[in-house]
Amino acid sequence: MNKKVFIAAVVIFVLLVPAVLISFNITKVTGNEVLDNIVSIMNRLSNGIWSSLILFGLTLLFSMPIGLLVTFARRSRFKVVEMITKFYISVMRGTPLMLQLIVVYFAPYYLFKIPLSSDYRFYAAVIGFSLNYAAYFAEIYRSGIEAVPKGHYEAAKVLGYSRRQTFMKIVFPQMVRHVLPPVTNEVITLVKDTSLAYAIAYVEMFTLAKQIAAAQSSILALFVAGIFYYFFNLLVAFVMGRIENKMNYYTA
Amino acid sequence: MKLLEINNIKKTFDDLEVLKDISISVEQGEVVSILGPSGSGKSTLLRCATLLETMDAGSLYYCGETVAENVDGKSVYVGKHDIKRIQGYFGLVFQNFNLFPHYSVLKNIIDAPIHVQKRNKKEVEKEAMKLLEQMGIADKKDYYPCMLSGGQQQRVAIARALAMNPKILFFDEPTSALDPELTSEILKVLRMLAAEKMTMVIVTHEIDFARNVSDRVIFMDEGYIIEQGAPQDVIDNPKNDRVRAFLAKVQG
Ligand SMILES: Nc1ncnc2c1ncn2[C@@H]1O[C@H](COP(=O)(O)OP(=O)(O)OP(=O)(O)O)[C@@H](O)[C@H]1O
Ligand SMILES: [Mg+2]
Repeated sequence: MNKKVFIAAVVIFVLLVPAVLISFNITKVTGNEVLDNIVSIMNRLSNGIWSSLILFGLTLLFSMPIGLLVTFARRSRFKVVEMITKFYISVMRGTPLMLQLIVVYFAPYYLFKIPLSSDYRFYAAVIGFSLNYAAYFAEIYRSGIEAVPKGHYEAAKVLGYSRRQTFMKIVFPQMVRHVLPPVTNEVITLVKDTSLAYAIAYVEMFTLAKQIAAAQSSILALFVAGIFYYFFNLLVAFVMGRIENKMNYYTA
Repeated sequence: MKLLEINNIKKTFDDLEVLKDISISVEQGEVVSILGPSGSGKSTLLRCATLLETMDAGSLYYCGETVAENVDGKSVYVGKHDIKRIQGYFGLVFQNFNLFPHYSVLKNIIDAPIHVQKRNKKEVEKEAMKLLEQMGIADKKDYYPCMLSGGQQQRVAIARALAMNPKILFFDEPTSALDPELTSEILKVLRMLAAEKMTMVIVTHEIDFARNVSDRVIFMDEGYIIEQGAPQDVIDNPKNDRVRAFLAKVQG
């Protein structure tokens, strides 16, 4: 077993511990006060972890493909489309994500006097995060597309590939390989950014950790939350690293 | 039969008039070398002929079929459908190969015949293997381009062009990115193709090669053809002073 796989196993184990504790409703594992407190914190954080993961997963699910569409729009032949997309990207990157979340959350009320339901918090968080991350992914994809040498397009054209074939067969696979490292960065940032959802009172792990810490007048809960973020990101880095290695088959 | 006919082509980039008034025709089985100083418009001419650039004025025919006609001093191209068919008549080999890095050697060669020309996969594969054997790199069929020497990559690029069964093949300085040893590898391949009566138009700085292999030499300077004819005439007894000066310089 190589070292990386070992680390991954440890990480998965750590991430699974709370799941096991919770599903078997184990609250006392040892007589040790601190350890038992940690277990109870994990128990209470578990709902938040789930909310954070859902937000994380859905944001990736939507923002990655939307980002590709934004890239296409950004590279559009039509100047108007290009300008609008550029503006969208610059706003998304130039203003705080927290502010964007608040705007998405409150806009229906202030603009259309639609009363805010608490369900909407969840949708607002997913929409806000997806729109923001789509802009970042779009710029990453664009740099990946632009890294494909002009000569490849020309070779494809002389060989008679259609524009669609050229993109699907020649450009896209190369783009994916170019963008993996910056996409990994973005995904890791997203794991941490999910904590910003507290701004619209979407209850995720960080919100709960703060509440517990305040109630206990102890930093322990925040520490446990920190460990979850950290280990989850180790797992993300490991998975992305594996994918990167797989995609490197054709480089010297 | 005239495979290629270009009449009175003009091409301007911004304010720079690169091709001023060039006419060329190439007969079936002919090998034509194009010589000329840097910036004289040789690549631009090939790029216009292979439809990577559009001509400003002038007409272009392949095998008697119209690609573009001169109407009121402007080139008017035929429709997409005709272009697509005519594109199969010619191939282009680049100075820097432009192989698709994420495709194996074999896939680089067979992909376009299968997916553009919609030919039978088994048949195309058999033909590709024959070409690779001819090029002396059959054992490299599963390699990726980055694992090959420049000379080997260029041979793959030539095989890729030949697999489309073009009637005429263009080469833009096919050896300029290679050191002398690898250059002779490629020149050997070109000699072999010439012996098989492949119709070729080759932009090159290899004077000896041009003299020994081509049926006709064209000398370009500042957007004009300033001398053309049999290699014995153009290379050994040039009439034009600028041709003489150029040859004296490159032959040392
Ligand atoms: N896309 C372009 N836009 C602007 N100028 C261009 C473009 N392509 C070529 N040129 C210019 O046209 C002139 C002729 O270029 P071209 O590449 O045809 O010369 P060449 O004879 O192939 O030279 P070399 O031997 O160096 O390859 C050059 O001055 C070049 O800078
Ligand atoms: Mg050139």
